[in-house]
Amino acid sequence: MERYALTLLVGIATGTLARLFMLRSDYRQYPGYPHGFVTHISLGFIAAFLGAIAIPAVAAGEYTAATFLALAAQQFGNIRDMERKSLAALEKRELVPRGLDYIEGIARAFESRNYLAMASSLAASLATYYQGLYGGVAAGVVMVILNHFLKRGQVVAQIAEVQPAPLEFRGPILQVAGIAMMNIGLTADREKILAEGLGALLKPRDDNARATLHDVGQRQAILHTAAALVGVKVDEGEEKYPPRARKDVDSGAIAVFILPNEPDMQCFMEAIKQTPVLESSRRHPLATSVGRKAAD
Amino acid sequence: MAKDEEILAIIVTSDAASRVRVGSGPLFLTADEPERQRLGQLLSNILDAMVHDLENGVSVLVRH
Repeated sequence: MERYALTLLVGIATGTLARLFMLRSDYRQYPGYPHGFVTHISLGFIAAFLGAIAIPAVAAGEYTAATFLALAAQQFGNIRDMERKSLAALEKRELVPRGLDYIEGIARAFESRNYLAMASSLAASLATYYQGLYGGVAAGVVMVILNHFLKRGQVVAQIAEVQPAPLEFRGPILQVAGIAMMNIGLTADREKILAEGLGALLKPRDDNARATLHDVGQRQAILHTAAALVGVKVDEGEEKYPPRARKDVDSGAIAVFILPNEPDMQCFMEAIKQTPVLESSRRHPLATSVGRKAAD
Repeated sequence: MAKDEEILAIIVTSDAASRVRVGSGPLFLTADEPERQRLGQLLSNILDAMVHDLENGVSVLVRH
């Protein structure tokens, strides 16, 4: 037991710490603090334990014990389903919903972070088994850094240019940068929108970006992020001036309108720029010969 | 409009009443523009619906 104690310890510690570093309770309010936090850490610990124990099990000739890595895969898949269901249930009460695409992205990220914790723990325990404590710690540090790079995805700023856009009314139709957004019937609402509303225009940088922004789930994620960061003047049951994103069908540019609590154009644009590009929205027509031919 | 979205109510200023033939929802007649706006606000709160202006003296309320 003592022979493997160090291997186990370094593995479990690396995996759990790796999961801790990947956990961010940020503006997205996910995971919820503190109960969600505890759940994530506990599952990370379990993943780390499974990863750490694989090496001593194989070294001791207990090959069948390694099959519980497969069990872990099944469990993580179940957990992803659970997370998706619970977030989807909360969606109904959200005034500016995340959208099912964003939720799917969150559930997938949750699952993949547990796998990364397991992999980190496996790598660290392998290094400890052959190289001792210092090898294990070095492997642990490398894995944590690697996780940091794997965790990051693209944000909207990288695929589109975000510019402020003027709001105006043509009759009852609200227009942002000349793109029609919605019909506002009440004159009092129109005055409020002109006085307090903000508009932005997202110009895709290339055809890949245009196809990505075309996705409704991506646009919903942009609205949700902007609403979370600058606040939004909507209430349950009221449909006066909801945030809206509309595409200019000719150019592929997206116009975004919001009536924020914080009337700060820079913050609004920053919120849009920081929105993650959803995995399920990402499109690469330029990666195909047909797409490239169509583009020129 | 999507399947669940339908016109819940229509408000007209009385000189535009001939522009609408009503099927199911109620038609509210108002004397002038300020009254039409006011009624729009009240109905919007009551029905949780959005008011849209058809630019011919007619407003419709739709729940999106």
